[in-house]
Amino acid sequence: MTDPIAVPLSTYSAAALFFQFLNSFGFIVLATVGLAIIFGMMGVINLAHGEFILVGVYGTALPYHAGVPLPAAMVAGVLVTTVFGVLIERTVVRHLYDRLLDSMVATWGLALVVSQLLLIVFGSSLDSISTPMGAVSYGPFSSSIYRSVFLPAVALLILAGLYVVFTRTEFGIKARATIEDPETARAMGIDTDRMYVATFAIGSALAGLTGALYAPALGSITPNRGSTFLVEAFVAVVVGGPSVIVGTLSAAGILSVFNATGSFLFGTFIGQMLLLLVAIVALRVLPDGITGYVESWRQRRRASE
Amino acid sequence: MSERIDAESESLLERVRAPFEGPNTVGSSIPFWVGLLVAVGALAAYPQFVGVYTVIQTSRYFALAFLALSLCFIWGYAGVLSFGQVAFFGIAAYAFGIIGLNFGSATGVMAGLAGAVLVSTAAAAVVGYFMFYGGVRDTYVTIMTLVIALVLNTFMAQTAGSEWAVGEAQLGGFNGMDIPSLTFGIGQSGLVLERVAFYYALLGTLVVTYLGLRVLVNSEFGMTMVAVREDEARTATFGYDVPFVKLVVFTIGGALAAVGGVFYASWGNYIDPTVFGIAFAALPVVWVSVGGRESLLGAIGATLAIERMRTGLSSGIGPIGSEWALVIVGGLLLGVILFMPAGVVPTLEELKDRALARGRKQSGSTTATEEPVE
Repeated sequence: MTDPIAVPLSTYSAAALFFQFLNSFGFIVLATVGLAIIFGMMGVINLAHGEFILVGVYGTALPYHAGVPLPAAMVAGVLVTTVFGVLIERTVVRHLYDRLLDSMVATWGLALVVSQLLLIVFGSSLDSISTPMGAVSYGPFSSSIYRSVFLPAVALLILAGLYVVFTRTEFGIKARATIEDPETARAMGIDTDRMYVATFAIGSALAGLTGALYAPALGSITPNRGSTFLVEAFVAVVVGGPSVIVGTLSAAGILSVFNATGSFLFGTFIGQMLLLLVAIVALRVLPDGITGYVESWRQRRRASE
Repeated sequence: MSERIDAESESLLERVRAPFEGPNTVGSSIPFWVGLLVAVGALAAYPQFVGVYTVIQTSRYFALAFLALSLCFIWGYAGVLSFGQVAFFGIAAYAFGIIGLNFGSATGVMAGLAGAVLVSTAAAAVVGYFMFYGGVRDTYVTIMTLVIALVLNTFMAQTAGSEWAVGEAQLGGFNGMDIPSLTFGIGQSGLVLERVAFYYALLGTLVVTYLGLRVLVNSEFGMTMVAVREDEARTATFGYDVPFVKLVVFTIGGALAAVGGVFYASWGNYIDPTVFGIAFAALPVVWVSVGGRESLLGAIGATLAIERMRTGLSSGIGPIGSEWALVIVGGLLLGVILFMPAGVVPTLEELKDRALARGRKQSGSTTATEEPVE
């Protein structure tokens, strides 16, 4: 610490690490939230989640390249993905609500079909979209404002919005009632079928939003980018456990600390490996995820009182 | 069991057949065994009628059939759905290459075969222990196995640098790694299994493995596996050690995948990280779902048929190009899950049973009334 250069450089390093953390946190939350809604609310793991995001990316990039301004193109991307999601729910997922493993297998088939069709129809890649908002430079580092500030902020806003929707609105109460006990919910006059469609549509819309937001941050847009999102989303859902908002938030927080530190110190590859290893260990220690553990801890405490 | 009166008249044939038959496999009749014999005979005669290229391609399908059997065994009979059987397949392939390249002799290659299966089986045992004794269940097992395969994919993909080598063997990253041919012998001289010889070696191993698995799933342990699949809690109540059963099943599954991996790697003399990738990981799930997850024979048949189709499409046979192969494979998977959840072979078996039952009813025979009427 006697070296006069070391102090500011370590401040810069800390700032870089922090931005890296925000970047990773935003990515994990956005990649996960659509999957987490569908899994947490309906118990269905959508293996085509990465392809849903990809539909959002393509739905944004194609209008953008046709001359539509970026924000309007993003809206188009979200709409396309929502419609796509509702179609899939009506034709495929609806039949598989009581067959969870089958729903995973079927959506995997869907994932293969969608990504391969995107390849056949639109070719091996689309032109990349330049990232808006520029970057800040500090010392030897520089961070993209869009990726490290804007996207994490959007991620937090989405989680806050979901919290309000599912706890403060009539729709949210009905949706949670449907998940908790479909029989009773139906007896109370709730159209559970419609709740499932609506929940799936929200999950799809969020996947589409993720795709739209990352369309200008991906670099080249290729039909196999879906799996980039899928792995992170899987890991976060599994680590987070069944509670959507708290689970996603806590898992994204913990995972991105490891991911960002690993990436910052040893490169992105080690960061990614660290994230996956943490996930595997977390699953071994907490088989029901963080929120599952918190829940059982609460129950134990209540029982002992 | 009371002694049967006709026990004396039980023929030798029936006694031989008995361990291979049971409620857990289709085909417990003379026509089935005759059909199987004819099919194996046809496959054995196949190389006499087609070119070397087709023989070599068909050998590849046989290697992949082990992977299908591995998933069919753990998913169909114990209810453990793994999306990451390709991990053990790939680990064995890489291990075979590493050991074989470091001891460049026939003995070395044989050691590679044993070592690769051992390493990969051990990996399956460790993963299985981790999961089943840790209380990881259902969809979480599925995700965890897939994540393991994808971790390996990411890891192997970045091993292109020369610092990533085990002794003589360069891992090679995306460029892949060279693999020696399967050789039997001692020292430098040995019988190299290539082309037609390789075909017969694989066919023989596949038939023996199939029959062995039939015995296993119809044995007492097989019944326990099925009990775990049907209801874990009840099986545990009856005093069975459910995590242990699952661990054994998963380890055997890993060994089957490993055998396939060694064959596959030595078939192409090459392995690369796509073996751990998500597209390849989907294939075993497709084969087994289409063939019928509770049918070992269905899994093998579907593997041969689907892989034959993929080869056909990629070599330009048929009206559409190779890029449609994955669309068809994915669509097939989707369609089977929606419209024929049990898969092709069990559905055919059920149709046959129903037709037989109807035939008996129409003939008005009095012996057919023993079955409970629903």
